[in-house]
Amino acid sequence: MQEKTVNQKGWLFVLPVLVLVAFSAVIPLMTVVNYAVQDTFAGEFFPLDDKLMWFRELLESDRMWDALQRQLVFSAIILAIEVPLGIFVALNMPRKGVWVSVCLVLMSLPLLIPWNVVGTIWQIFGRVDIGLLGHTLDQLGFSYNYTQDIFDAWATVIIMDVWHWTSLVALLAYAGLVSIPDAYYQAAKIDQASRWKVFRYIELPKMRGVLTIAILLRFMDSFKIYTEPFVVTGGGPGNATTFLSIDLVKMALGQFDLGPAAAFSIMYFLVILLISWVFYTVMTNLDKEGS
Amino acid sequence: MAKITLDNLAHSYLPNPGGPDDYALKELNHDWNDGEAYALLGASGCGKSTLLNIISGLLEPSQGRILFDDKDVTHAPTAERNIAQVFQFPVVYDTMTVRENLAFPLKNRGAEASYVASRVQEIARMIGMEDTLDRKAQGLTADAKQKISLGRGMVREDVNALLFDEPLTVIDPHMKWELRTQLKQLHRQFGHTMIYVTHDQTEALTFADKVVVMHDGRVIQIGTPEELFETPEHTFVGYFIGSPGMNVLPAKVEGNRAYVNGTEIQLANAYGAPSGQVALGVRPEFVRLSDSGGLPVKIRRVEDVGRHKIVRAECFGTEINIIAGEGTEIGPDMTRIEFEPRGVNVYADDWRVAPEGSQGRAA
Repeated sequence: MQEKTVNQKGWLFVLPVLVLVAFSAVIPLMTVVNYAVQDTFAGEFFPLDDKLMWFRELLESDRMWDALQRQLVFSAIILAIEVPLGIFVALNMPRKGVWVSVCLVLMSLPLLIPWNVVGTIWQIFGRVDIGLLGHTLDQLGFSYNYTQDIFDAWATVIIMDVWHWTSLVALLAYAGLVSIPDAYYQAAKIDQASRWKVFRYIELPKMRGVLTIAILLRFMDSFKIYTEPFVVTGGGPGNATTFLSIDLVKMALGQFDLGPAAAFSIMYFLVILLISWVFYTVMTNLDKEGS
Repeated sequence: MAKITLDNLAHSYLPNPGGPDDYALKELNHDWNDGEAYALLGASGCGKSTLLNIISGLLEPSQGRILFDDKDVTHAPTAERNIAQVFQFPVVYDTMTVRENLAFPLKNRGAEASYVASRVQEIARMIGMEDTLDRKAQGLTADAKQKISLGRGMVREDVNALLFDEPLTVIDPHMKWELRTQLKQLHRQFGHTMIYVTHDQTEALTFADKVVVMHDGRVIQIGTPEELFETPEHTFVGYFIGSPGMNVLPAKVEGNRAYVNGTEIQLANAYGAPSGQVALGVRPEFVRLSDSGGLPVKIRRVEDVGRHKIVRAECFGTEINIIAGEGTEIGPDMTRIEFEPRGVNVYADDWRVAPEGSQGRAA
């Protein structure tokens, strides 16, 4: 083997990226770290004696833990609905013909709508006085009011997310499905495999890669959700739908507690990073075990 | 195992086929005898995969019937036909082990566990994969995966026929030879009816008892490798089989004499006076360079392929290939060619003309 030539000038090529990343991520993050170890009062900063005071305070209070718990439950529920539903939709989409394009366009529509518009749509849709959904349910004799009932609020927020994002899972799963050569289905016919076995042993293994991405994307996004529930329920009733982001904004902008909010942000970020990492590692290890 | 009969079979991918050009597979009658190994040979798009898919039931023919042992299965689904098929790209169930892969068709048919276990063991021995039974199928090489596909087909004892759709396309060259030999051996040992689709003449000729040559949706000749070599029924067969293919020279034929641009050539048989576009078909193996009598040629190029030399020449504007022995000196005075009479066939409108007095099949 030939020795690789050492050329320190190579660093120059990396430099632009380093500068970009520094401005887009590292420097903003460091300002947050800076806030997290200081106290603010009337626009002035006071360094803390106990540098980790905000962290400790937050970890000892119930507020963040409650929000985290709600957040985890929310992410778990929407993943449990969107992934199977997305796969189911993908399995039933046509594989060829004009309907493919029609389906793809229809499926993509919810993905193109901005978050706060989605929130507004559902906020109005669910209103008991003028909303199609809320009014209809009310007329049918169901008591439905997402501003007062905790279950109704959760149901609305979850259905809204399912409506908004199931398409993403479906489209990714569909991409996995259409890449399966016909020969697999023909072989399965010859082997007399049932529909379930075709799904279990052909379709699911072939979709594994895209589903990993789908789950990861949906987890990260749902864990960071802010706009939609904020527009619909504003985190209520009470604190019932106050997820991590909503709580964080309340703390930072509502109460203007910049120090604790900064500490909150850092822990929030680390939790997402940790869960994504664990998830990714587990999935890729499962893949390796397979081969 | 079974005899497979194709009765008036034809297929078009269009819903309302008009002329013969609309048919991917033109009308066809043929019996595939029980226990024989056939190769379906033809260029891409000649309809050979269509024919195979009709036999396996993945495609329903637009016309005609298909019978397994005289039982009509034209509309029977694939699963009921008890055929096995090995595809161009290896199909294995990635998440299963080799053992589970082989057991899959039996389990789906509700076979007993003890029978499945012993049968899988037996098949694994046949395809030489006993050592890898407990490995996941995913990480295996292409040739091992193809063997699993084959094993999955043979694991059923009631299998009617084994179909192969260009199974060696993705296999490394040195493994191709080995797999082909193994396949041939399995055929000899167990006598399955085998139909092997390929566009590779070497594969077809070495594998099959009978080769079915297809061209443009039509079967143009069915014969042993020897027949295809010596008496191609159609110029396409002559051209497609052999390396290089048969030379075709426009000529006039009268009785046992042929005239190529006025030069007379003696034929081994009499042919009367064939009409249409008449031509002589001579394989390069039956052409000899000479310095005296025969047709005048201009040598363009000589390719030494080791065993022999291929001489590319031109005769009255038509390209002629000649195979010359490795020791042959090719000098500047070699300006003529002669044909071995027994190697000359006569064609009218691309179809072979049977010599007078013979029982040979004329087209």
